[in-house]
Amino acid sequence: MRVGVITFPGTLDDRDAARAVVAGGAEAVSLWHADADLKNVDAVILPGGFSYGDYLRCGAISRFAPVMNLVIEAAGKGMPVLGICNGFQVLCESHLLPGALTRNSDLHFLCKDQEIEIVNNTTAWTSSYKPGEKIVIPLKNGEGSFQCDDETLAKLEDEGRVIARYVGQNPNGSRNLIAGITNERGNVVGLMPHPEHAIDELTGPTAQGLGFFTSILNAMVK
Amino acid sequence: MTLDTVAVAQTTPENAQPFAELGLKPDEYARIKEILGRRPTSSELAMYSVMWSEHCSYKSSKVHLKQFGEKAPKSDALLVGIGENAGVVDVGQGYAVTFKIESHNHPSFVEPYQGAATGVGGIVRDILTMGARPIAVMDPLRFGPADAPDTRRVLPGIVAGVGGYGNCLGLPNIGGEVTFDETYIGNPLVNALCVGVMKHSDIKLAKAAGAGNLVVLYGAKTGGDGIGGVSVLASETFGAGGSTKRPSVQVGDPFVEKVLIECSLEIFAEDLVVGIQDLGGAGLSCATSELASGGSGGMKVALDKVPLRDPSLSPEEILMSESQERMCAIVEPNKIERFLEICKKWDVTVTVIGEVTDGDRLEITWNGEVIVNVPPRTVAHEGPVYNRPLAQPAYIDQVNSQKVNVPMPTTAAEIKAAVLKLAGAPNLADKSWVTAQYDKYVQGNTIQAQPDDSGMVRLDETTHLGVAISTDANANWSYLNPYQGAKLALAEAARNIATAGARPLAVTNCLNFGSPEDPGVMWQFAESVRGLADGCLEMGLPVTGGNVSFYNQTGSVAILPTPVIGVLGVIQDVRKRTPMSFKVAGLELFLLGDTEEDLAGSEWAFLHGVRVGQSPDADLAREMRLIELLLEGNAFFAAAHDLSQGGLSAGLTEMVLRHNIGATVSLANPAIDLLSETPGRVIVAIDASKTSALEALATKYNIAISKLGTTGGESLTINESVIPLTQLRATHTSTFPRLFG
Repeated sequence: MRVGVITFPGTLDDRDAARAVVAGGAEAVSLWHADADLKNVDAVILPGGFSYGDYLRCGAISRFAPVMNLVIEAAGKGMPVLGICNGFQVLCESHLLPGALTRNSDLHFLCKDQEIEIVNNTTAWTSSYKPGEKIVIPLKNGEGSFQCDDETLAKLEDEGRVIARYVGQNPNGSRNLIAGITNERGNVVGLMPHPEHAIDELTGPTAQGLGFFTSILNAMVK
Repeated sequence: MTLDTVAVAQTTPENAQPFAELGLKPDEYARIKEILGRRPTSSELAMYSVMWSEHCSYKSSKVHLKQFGEKAPKSDALLVGIGENAGVVDVGQGYAVTFKIESHNHPSFVEPYQGAATGVGGIVRDILTMGARPIAVMDPLRFGPADAPDTRRVLPGIVAGVGGYGNCLGLPNIGGEVTFDETYIGNPLVNALCVGVMKHSDIKLAKAAGAGNLVVLYGAKTGGDGIGGVSVLASETFGAGGSTKRPSVQVGDPFVEKVLIECSLEIFAEDLVVGIQDLGGAGLSCATSELASGGSGGMKVALDKVPLRDPSLSPEEILMSESQERMCAIVEPNKIERFLEICKKWDVTVTVIGEVTDGDRLEITWNGEVIVNVPPRTVAHEGPVYNRPLAQPAYIDQVNSQKVNVPMPTTAAEIKAAVLKLAGAPNLADKSWVTAQYDKYVQGNTIQAQPDDSGMVRLDETTHLGVAISTDANANWSYLNPYQGAKLALAEAARNIATAGARPLAVTNCLNFGSPEDPGVMWQFAESVRGLADGCLEMGLPVTGGNVSFYNQTGSVAILPTPVIGVLGVIQDVRKRTPMSFKVAGLELFLLGDTEEDLAGSEWAFLHGVRVGQSPDADLAREMRLIELLLEGNAFFAAAHDLSQGGLSAGLTEMVLRHNIGATVSLANPAIDLLSETPGRVIVAIDASKTSALEALATKYNIAISKLGTTGGESLTINESVIPLTQLRATHTSTFPRLFG
């Protein structure tokens, strides 16, 4: 099983995401933002970082990278796509996911070990978790506050499309403590915290992020 | 304005030139005329002025810094020593590591965010220039009093700048310092360290060899920012009035640097460059003259080819601009096509601006007319050297002869109050407000970061080889005795690495001082360098490079002498490191090392406004035995934590709060035991079954050992004083949010 990891100029966590893919049991395939094909991957990860230096808005320029046309098309056909942090921002800019990520409420970049609750384990990226399972993974961003209009929020909640919520104090002002959401089909997931930085206790706060990468393997085997 | 060419200069010898405004002294200007046999052109004057600045030429420090070479210990580890962009050490398994600290003090006072950001950017490019992939940064910072209004202006901006730039580059920030003292009020210190890794065969040097090879400028376009940064900003004392000098601060774009890093590493991987130099202080003046000096000396550059952000820039300004995110490479003609291709892939602007020549002159033209024709060594390496007068300042005898007289706690309530006072003191309080703004996880190899004793990163995922780095300075001790202060900082940095189980290997430094034109400051500097060189020789650690920052003073008030010492060490298996604190109850706590009445220069004395007495003497032989003990004990230590500022009180506070496991400790002489800062001490936690093994080690290495107590519970209990962890944590963590929002 092949999982593509896209590198845009300014992407930072691509090698970390590839490491996590391998730790999860799949093959990691590097994809370049200017690539004209997806190299037969079965799933795609948009990793964290500052693609295009966050010029204009986070993710606003990456959304127009050639490879994104292919990702949007493949996502429409059901390919699992995970956007982490800046990747989440790109998915929102691409309209694969609703809403937007805005500046943290305290206006500082924030790097901390964050507890989140997996509230939807039916997506391609969360099936390894039990519903309600709480995990601790790093949160690190300057613009992580999830915002959307009331109607969208009600829809996300009613359809069970919030996949993870922050536990405890709201770290960044996200509506309804939202840490991650999915699309209607459940194949596209955006997540603000970083599961790829929590695949072993040596380099991360826990190994509890690994579930995102084993989930995708399960999704493919089915 | 007419172009001041070499031809014009030859026919107008008497033209007045603004050398003083550019920071040159009359005799320096005379020497330039002597070297050239004529007056310099305005472009040549610009080049000499920035390259002969204190910042670039080390003209006041050179005579002292040579001790690092003369007293260098024998070391097989040193692959590239002082003089290149950064030193390189062999860490085994074919890996080489390069690391260096630089200051960006003056710009960060003028424009905190950009000053700090470009400080990070500059040191990262130095590391990249050696051929290495940058893998981590650290940032020792010093500010005026924590509650001073200007600190509230400067600190948030500097922290945001360090984070804003480093985070966007994808470099984990693995440590540093945040210290406050009133002498830094007009002179905050922003020191930035970067470490990079490469294979031995990938080391790159700054040299332009081979006639016909091309001089290639790539990266950001050149703008008008940072003109005179090294000469006007970094090499002068700030007056009380005067302009803010803001235009001399560079403006950074970390995205451009990130792309430049990846682009450069791809270029290096295909072995496409003969020599390489980044454009930092003194910009193109520095890069061209240093590259040419590193080769045979001959180089021709067409300055009009330099891509500009601002087309109105004059040749002089282009030569002096310190626009960020630029690199200069020497490329063989048959490799230029591939070089350009890789730049295109990364959308990096690239221009061939000249070529290496057979001669020994650096010749720069502007639209075909020669505006610079100089022997490059005279610009880059043969600047003025000053043996400045130095004299022990009067304060030394005065403070050394006084005894520290501060109130000492006696009752249980007073002891509790003292521990809490230290826990909440700005110099010792929890720094999460700062470090939470830095990404410590990116790259996925961070093993330790603040608040650990040292930063540690993994180099190899298969063999688990890693490096640890610590930076330390104790300016209070350096003030009382700069010779001992430098040695003590070295010992502390080395100890901070050894507590985790890493073996110290090499040293870098950032020497922050007041004006070298003050004989007292110069004496402090000379004593510090002598102390560091002697210390490194005794401990067998080579100095791989460093940085000197003078003129850190406002009016006649100099900063405390602040030699920041960075020590890098190697750990064979990062999985086996000793953590700085314990995760379980029921462990035995021991103190290694004697505790004397060392209150001079202590945090306790500082909190009482007292800076007198005599600093401890560094006993480096004992420090080395302690390091060996720590490395051997690594096999069975549950935790080990260095004691430094704040003594045992701060050390215990940090340990119990780390994993929220308390401790019960009994002390014979609690006031001194808690507050003294005798160097060479470490708290270790072990399973009770290892007690005799620890005692045997202490005997073997002749290190004093005493039982402190045991771990566990929900309080830090010292004799009859019970401090609930909730209260200790609240005190420790509330200081920064209260001060900085």
